[in-house]
Amino acid sequence: MTKLIIILLSAVFINNYILTRFLGICPFLGVSKKLDSATGMSLAVIFVMLIATAVTWPIQMFLLVPSKLGYLQTIVFILVIAALVQLVEIVLKRYIPSLHKSLGVYLPLITTNCAILGVTILNIDEGYTFIESMVNSLGSGLGFMLAMIMFSGVRSKLEGADIPKSFKGLPITLVAASITSLSFMGFGGVIENLFK
Amino acid sequence: MNVILAAVIPVVIIGFVCAVVLVVAAKVMAVKEDERFPLVRDCLPGANCGACGFAGCDGYAKALVEKEGTPTNLCIPGADAVSKQLSEVLGVEFEDVVEMKAVVHCSGDCSSTEDSVDYRGIESCSAAKLLFGGKGKCGYGCLGFGDCKSVCPNDAVVIENGLAKICRPYCVGCGLCAKACPNSLISLVPEVKTAAVLCSNKDKGAVTRKVCTSGCIGCRKCEKVCPSQAIKVIDNVAVIDYDKCENCGACAENCTTKCIEILNNM
Repeated sequence: MTKLIIILLSAVFINNYILTRFLGICPFLGVSKKLDSATGMSLAVIFVMLIATAVTWPIQMFLLVPSKLGYLQTIVFILVIAALVQLVEIVLKRYIPSLHKSLGVYLPLITTNCAILGVTILNIDEGYTFIESMVNSLGSGLGFMLAMIMFSGVRSKLEGADIPKSFKGLPITLVAASITSLSFMGFGGVIENLFK
Repeated sequence: MNVILAAVIPVVIIGFVCAVVLVVAAKVMAVKEDERFPLVRDCLPGANCGACGFAGCDGYAKALVEKEGTPTNLCIPGADAVSKQLSEVLGVEFEDVVEMKAVVHCSGDCSSTEDSVDYRGIESCSAAKLLFGGKGKCGYGCLGFGDCKSVCPNDAVVIENGLAKICRPYCVGCGLCAKACPNSLISLVPEVKTAAVLCSNKDKGAVTRKVCTSGCIGCRKCEKVCPSQAIKVIDNVAVIDYDKCENCGACAENCTTKCIEILNNM
């Protein structure tokens, strides 16, 4: 149980996918302008991370490893995740239109997102069990959400700031992102010692 | 060779399985979209101006398809032609569109009024308005920075001599300029009614006279000459009721300060 909590917390804070591992930077910069789109995107990412892990972990363990095809991991995962997300979109559109309305725009955007692929592959590399993988995915998704929501707050402050012309737009966003990511470095080493 | 096949075949199989699942899912769980939607959408001009009161052309098309009884004559830029097409596609009665044109209710250009301050701030009407109500002597008049010009999808607004003017043949009547004007000087007027009061100054006549030579002084002469009682002085400025106006032009002929004009549609 302690291990699961450590996995969850470290996925959210220490190994935050955006701010420490630098995965999923595209939605981080692209969709963080407004709070509601940032939340929508993050919810979609959490959702897709969980189902992607739930599908790819068994594929790796029961299909690729026994047939000694572990090296096909990347391409098979991309294929399966992309198809899965499309399938989920079709199912949502048919049965839960309200959820499709709020997540629908973001789902196709994250079919081949590197954060999703990163989570599924790192779950295998770390040697997690199925439960641990799911917890890690949930934590990564929550960490993604935390970073997105924090950063959309930072960006709304930037809107009103008087920024030098040469820094306007992407440059100041990247500078702000790096400072936000610095603040997450402060969590390093905290959680391992929390349960000692 | 075997190594390559061992890699390729599983990936192809997985890809094929995924494809079959997706095709089946798409067929089984297809959501029926109203087939009239693309037809309706194609009828609309696609300017997304919002004059119909819906969120863009897609929003209007959706409302037309989904809600029975949505009027087909709401698209002002599209005018009668679009209304006709829409009613054909939807199989409802054709309704005439009242074509509208934007009118700037101010004639205070550089020759008739002056600036009271030397404004050096942001070049926009809404910014200038924040600073003691604008740079001109008349606090109701056109600020001349062209907020209306920048939102016009059709380049129908020109700034001449510090005053916004509508080039009527280009105006499609979407009303975006009316929303952009911080002094609410622009209104939409039916195209066929060409008489317009070109002043919005609500001060008493003497005060208006001091700040602008072409302002309405509220003398009520137009009220008296109007044969259909369509014109009334409200808050020291003449206002035309276009439901009653018969476009005779008597008000413009008799206006003391020439602030009522017959606009040229050409």
